[in-house]
Amino acid sequence: MTAVAAPRPATVDAVARGRTRRAARRRLVVAVLAVLVVAAFAASLMIGQTFYPPGDVLRVVLGQDVPGASFTVGRLRLPRAVLAVVAGLSFGLAGVTFQTMLRNPLASPDVIGITSGASAAAAFAIVFLGWSGTAVSVTAIVAALGVAVLMYTLAFTDGVAGTRLILIGIGIAAMSKSITSYVLSKAGAWDFAEALRWLTGSLNGTTWGATVPALLALVVLGPLLLVLTRDLSGLQLGDDTASALGIRVERTRITAIVGAVGLLAFATAACGPIAFVSFLAGPIAARIVGPNGSLLVPAALVGALLVLVADLVGQFALGTRFPVGVVTGVLGAPYLIYLIVRTNRAGGSL
Amino acid sequence: MTTAPSVPAPDAAVARRPGSVRLLWLLVVVAALVALMAASVVVGSRDVGWSDVVAALGGSSDTIGQAAATKRIPRTLLAVVVGAALGLSGAVMQGVTRNPLADPGVLGINMGASLAVVVGIAWFGLFSATAIVWTAIVGAAGAAVFVYAVGSLGRGGATPLKLALAGTATSAALVSFITAIALPRGDIAESVQSWEIGGVGGATFDAIGTVLPFLLVGFAVSLLSARSLNSLALGDELAAGLGERVVLARGTAALGSVLLCGAATAVAGPIGFVGLVVPHLCRLLVGVDHRWLLPFSAIAGGCLLTASDIVGRIVARPSELDVGIVTALIGAPFFISIVRRQKVREL
Amino acid sequence: MTATHSLAAEALTLGYGDRTVIDELDLVVPPGRITAIVGANACGKSTLLRSMSRLLAPRGGQVLLDGKAVHRLPAKELARTLGLLPQSPIAPEGITVADLVGRGRHPHQGVFTRWRREDDEAVAAALEATQTTTLADRPVDELSGGQRQRVWIAMALAQQTDLLLLDEPTTFLDVAHQVEVLDLLTDLNRARGTTVVMVLHDLNMAARYADHLVALAAGRVHAAGTPEDVLTEDHVRAVFGLDSRVIVDPTSERPLMLPIGRHHMAAAAPRDVVRQVG
Repeated sequence: MTAVAAPRPATVDAVARGRTRRAARRRLVVAVLAVLVVAAFAASLMIGQTFYPPGDVLRVVLGQDVPGASFTVGRLRLPRAVLAVVAGLSFGLAGVTFQTMLRNPLASPDVIGITSGASAAAAFAIVFLGWSGTAVSVTAIVAALGVAVLMYTLAFTDGVAGTRLILIGIGIAAMSKSITSYVLSKAGAWDFAEALRWLTGSLNGTTWGATVPALLALVVLGPLLLVLTRDLSGLQLGDDTASALGIRVERTRITAIVGAVGLLAFATAACGPIAFVSFLAGPIAARIVGPNGSLLVPAALVGALLVLVADLVGQFALGTRFPVGVVTGVLGAPYLIYLIVRTNRAGGSL
Repeated sequence: MTTAPSVPAPDAAVARRPGSVRLLWLLVVVAALVALMAASVVVGSRDVGWSDVVAALGGSSDTIGQAAATKRIPRTLLAVVVGAALGLSGAVMQGVTRNPLADPGVLGINMGASLAVVVGIAWFGLFSATAIVWTAIVGAAGAAVFVYAVGSLGRGGATPLKLALAGTATSAALVSFITAIALPRGDIAESVQSWEIGGVGGATFDAIGTVLPFLLVGFAVSLLSARSLNSLALGDELAAGLGERVVLARGTAALGSVLLCGAATAVAGPIGFVGLVVPHLCRLLVGVDHRWLLPFSAIAGGCLLTASDIVGRIVARPSELDVGIVTALIGAPFFISIVRRQKVREL
Repeated sequence: MTATHSLAAEALTLGYGDRTVIDELDLVVPPGRITAIVGANACGKSTLLRSMSRLLAPRGGQVLLDGKAVHRLPAKELARTLGLLPQSPIAPEGITVADLVGRGRHPHQGVFTRWRREDDEAVAAALEATQTTTLADRPVDELSGGQRQRVWIAMALAQQTDLLLLDEPTTFLDVAHQVEVLDLLTDLNRARGTTVVMVLHDLNMAARYADHLVALAAGRVHAAGTPEDVLTEDHVRAVFGLDSRVIVDPTSERPLMLPIGRHHMAAAAPRDVVRQVG
């Protein structure tokens, strides 16, 4: 590089201080969120029809035999709570990836049809093909990737325009939802509650069989997305600027889509498309962290916290036992609308 | 967008379609409607002979065939009426918002009507058919105002993207509320489910009779607003310059459109995409003059919904596919193709 | 120290869909100088600039940076040599100036590299050069148009490239801010020897600030050279289809173009021009 007038040390220090300050805030938020997730996780192991003190719960988790608690906590509550965390992290991470990539908080996978595609496929495999377990997960991921590829292909003319991608996604979402409705209406005995799993998401009756594939997907794909963090931040500046900064725009976008779609599909196959979690996690995280720095980790934690708390609320706080998706849906809806109003008024990302 | 007309600019040749061509198309569409209505009575999980149809029209339901035809006649009428209402409603909505993606389904207006009805049933013990229609219309109007207000905030006004997103988000929110209300009420869950997917299967003459007055008013108001919509298509400022009272004209047209889709939803549940697809096809046939476009959209809407209903009965024999599912499967790809044709900056 | 990187286009053909915008264009960017690309609307100015910075793949021919095709260079390597400021970059909601400028460090960082002192120094230098130091902690959304453009230039500076491409850096700015931005770019060019290539709308601004003018017409270079060579009445007529008079700007002694329309002709105006137009 050419000779540059050396900056004054005071300016350099000011720049460094500002950066450190912002990073510190982000670290603090992440730490607090992590503590809250752990607390909510512990709570969901302890609370239920029978309350088990932390000591019992800990012993069960460590593999010791505790009469009563071993079954209730070990077999019923633990897989459920683990899936809540895994699904929340997956939905949060995937959602914020899409939102960052498409530069639009409303472009989350549940608005643009990826979760609903996965859900339609899972419901189809279960109702029509009588499949279960891994086969359902595989169907869901194939469908979700199919939807993503279809969307991407349809939106592609001289590069992908974010706005077109979102609108095409909305169209695909409408189709997927009607397929789900059709499949459910063909289900032998119409079980409204079971159907809700595929319409809004539910953790009821979670087993390890459903949880483990989602967990593995998170372990593999989560780091993949985290590695992309910096490139995704670059994409926020617009495709041209990102490209000028040396980011391979299309490659970054495709990798991010594959990673995020994989996470969504595995989580959706396990518990259905828990409404609004992938949509809400990013904006809530942005609110807490502030606009600087990556939102990936905070959003994942917010997602996990949302699912854990909503599941507790759905199970115990209301007269009826609501599946988690109904709770997140009802809580999320007003926030969603608030967000649209705010984004539109700012004239910003829309 | 307040200045440029963004509803698809047709090439000049289409805009200046001679009247004779339009009349010819009118005949074709009407003939298609008649043929589809006949088919709708005949075709189904059990095909019915013509003699049975004639007998059923005379009020007889002695044989199985006659009984089937007796059920299919109101069903067919309902499909035609609801389809016409949705097609016209969509055409008016696209004119009022100057937005090619406007549709009662896309904008979440159907779901507004659904939620209102579900709330009415679950919390206020709503039973009477007329009360349900009123509730649905109020719900539709509320959702329409809300979505349009949200979608037109900020720079650029109600762009297709903003309106569609606002509509989708609002629908999703409304569906969540519907589910949350219905779930603890096992007694009404089944009937609520029909408020999430539209269908015409349970049609009766009584039901049609209840909504007909609302629909007739809606048809009249909408069709009368054709001339104002032509001015509005040039942008608010220019329309005002042409002597149009913009707010009044918009309000009237929107009222007609909401009456139509609210009443249609009240009787058939939320049926999406008819209002989206039909006006676009009709524009290809008769151009952008609303005085032609609106009646055409009504007739073609009737055709589309009747045809979708027939398809739903054929593909899923011996059971049926709700017509709302069929229209979504037909309409969503159409929606996507419209999006693909638009230039990015117009979105 | 002067820039030694060379940038050139050879038989470059560019287009969108089935439309060819640039047709077998040859262009050499003089190193260490300011080049302005001018031309009528939709003549392919921005397209050319986009392709020179690898954003648009050529249909034919190539763009050469130091003799190597830019479309085959590794993305980050290119981004350390050549910076681009697009016409409408997007600032994420609420981002602060310092953070935005810091994003310019991307090509110098790896996936796991931590932020280093030299990154802070580059950001500080960019802020100082663009006189945005006092804005560092402000959100970009709150800035005025002129300030915002300086911040974006600061981001491109933090990238520390020898070549800087700018697509209409003065659009949407009033005349005072236009002068401010172009003065800033001239400072950079003189102080650091940065090669600047920019698309400009305003012919007179281009003639004032550029060392080298390139006039595009019909997808080719119509004329290239010093402002005096390029901004002539004949070239303006050929490129824009506009009759004009070109005089010497008393302030800068660069050419100054005065358009001639059909009206408001003083008696002293040359009769032949009026006849020709009328």
